Amino acid sequence: MKDLSTQNSGNDSLLKRVVGLYVDGFRSMTVGRKLWLIILIKLFIIFFVLKLFFFSDTLSSRYDTDAERAEAVRNSLINR
Amino acid sequence: MNDLVSLVDWSRAQFALTAMVHWLFVPLTIGLSLIVAIMETMWYRTRNEKWLRMTKTWMKLFGINFACGVATGIILEFEFGTNWSNYSWFVGDIFGAPLAIEGIFAFFLESTFIAVMFFGWKKVSRGFHLTATWLTAIGVVLSALWILVANAWMQYPAGMEFDPGEMRNVMVSFTDVALSPVAINKFFHTVASGWVLGGVFVVGVSCYLLLRGRNQEFAKSSIKVGGWVGMFGIILTMWTGDGSAVQVGKVQPMKLAAMEGLYRGECGQGLVGIGVLNPSKKPGDDQKEMLFEIKIPKGLSILARHDANAFVPGIDDLIEGIELTADGDTIHTVSYADRIEAGKRAQEALAAYGKAQKAGDSAGMAEATELLKADYQYFGYGYFDSPEDAVPPVALTFYAFRVMVMAGGYLLLFFVAALFMVYKRPGWLDKKLILWGGLATIAIVWICSEAGWIVAEVGRQPWVVQDLLPCKAAISGVSSGSVMLTFWLFAALFTCLLVAEVSIMVRQIRKESKRDILNDKND
Repeated sequence: MKDLSTQNSGNDSLLKRVVGLYVDGFRSMTVGRKLWLIILIKLFIIFFVLKLFFFSDTLSSRYDTDAERAEAVRNSLINR
Repeated sequence: MNDLVSLVDWSRAQFALTAMVHWLFVPLTIGLSLIVAIMETMWYRTRNEKWLRMTKTWMKLFGINFACGVATGIILEFEFGTNWSNYSWFVGDIFGAPLAIEGIFAFFLESTFIAVMFFGWKKVSRGFHLTATWLTAIGVVLSALWILVANAWMQYPAGMEFDPGEMRNVMVSFTDVALSPVAINKFFHTVASGWVLGGVFVVGVSCYLLLRGRNQEFAKSSIKVGGWVGMFGIILTMWTGDGSAVQVGKVQPMKLAAMEGLYRGECGQGLVGIGVLNPSKKPGDDQKEMLFEIKIPKGLSILARHDANAFVPGIDDLIEGIELTADGDTIHTVSYADRIEAGKRAQEALAAYGKAQKAGDSAGMAEATELLKADYQYFGYGYFDSPEDAVPPVALTFYAFRVMVMAGGYLLLFFVAALFMVYKRPGWLDKKLILWGGLATIAIVWICSEAGWIVAEVGRQPWVVQDLLPCKAAISGVSSGSVMLTFWLFAALFTCLLVAEVSIMVRQIRKESKRDILNDKND
């Protein structure tokens, strides 16, 4: 068995072998497929539902510059 | 005002829910990654196939848990930006730097080497694979380090200066932030608790395998590894827990008083072993603190100060700013009423700075900065109307502390018993009652772990950043209705995902229990 870093068979570049590691790995997964489905659903909900519709960055979305954001935080902290 | 309370409560509830769900997975990742690395090391050293099969089996469960936990922490970062924008801005660089380092470690170390762990069995050498497994275990711990450094800074803000122009705390000493005694204790306490949880999980699942009557050798060998990791973990957890108590006594004495339900302290203060709080007791009144208690004499003084005769202040002592010397002489420190006054002065100075900045008045800005610096250490107290506002929820902190300590004590006995039985009385591991006990301990260790976080986080209320920023100042100006909506959305989402994820884990364990793991030719 050869090390990834030392193996050098023909035209196989290190990058190809690394990609091959992932591709072969994903192909041979059994339990992992269900898990990946769950991960993908989770990531979709987190980034395309929660982040887009519910979790905008309050200061970034309301103010354009850092100076405005600092001023907004100052006003908020003084008047609360 | 009611809207603000509601917004604070819903924002806190949402953060607590997300953090607690996240923490279901993290400690098992920490614990199992170490156990798998130890098993693979055994295989590497002995070339005994038994260890390889054990490694692969526990690695599958590690993988399921890792996949289930992926991205649960990201939601916390969304919540910082949306619900806690004042906080995010206020702590900016100090909180951002450790989180950025964590992100790099998490991404490069974990994602790279986990792939080699799972996909690299026939692609890389044994030594390379073992290195990848250890680097995964180390990467997991290093990720935790930076999160815990950030958390520790919130409990003990050190190594920074406040810039009133930027409205941010600016890091002036990375070592003061990263190597504060609170951070170091918190890191070892938390990581060791993950090893305990991993150890219990391995022993508990092994008990299940023994109950199913198969895989005797696999289960007993796993109990040995899980038992030793858990034993080492629980001893380190207890030792660092002692260190944490000393640190809490120094930097968060109100939290310590709440952990003990202590209102009036004394020299040689006892520790409540078992007790029932008086639910109608309020700070400053004359009611009894406890309805029932069994105390360990001088226990709290020893725990918090490592001195049997030391004075430990209670809630009322802290509010009044009273300390006692070992001789019983009274020392007056800064009362909470004085802190509130100082906090309000600091906020006035901040407002004056803002006006001077708008007017381009450099002298006014410099003068306001000096005034702000003088009282900045009590800045957050300026948000309170009365000293009682600075008292954390006593009952939840008190009972969670007892759950954590009692469960921790039980876990020490659990590992002693597991190792004793597996080495000296293996026949006892045929008894169903013992095996069911081992399996049930899986639930206890998670309760213990979550209770620990409840003590740490509820006990520091009302602060987000100790003494500087309370929750009610840290939240964004969003509607409580929208936070309430996302809370329930999260509750539904997390419940569904958790059911799916736990069922995959349970199904995999059942599947393993039906085959002969050490001799399965198809593995």
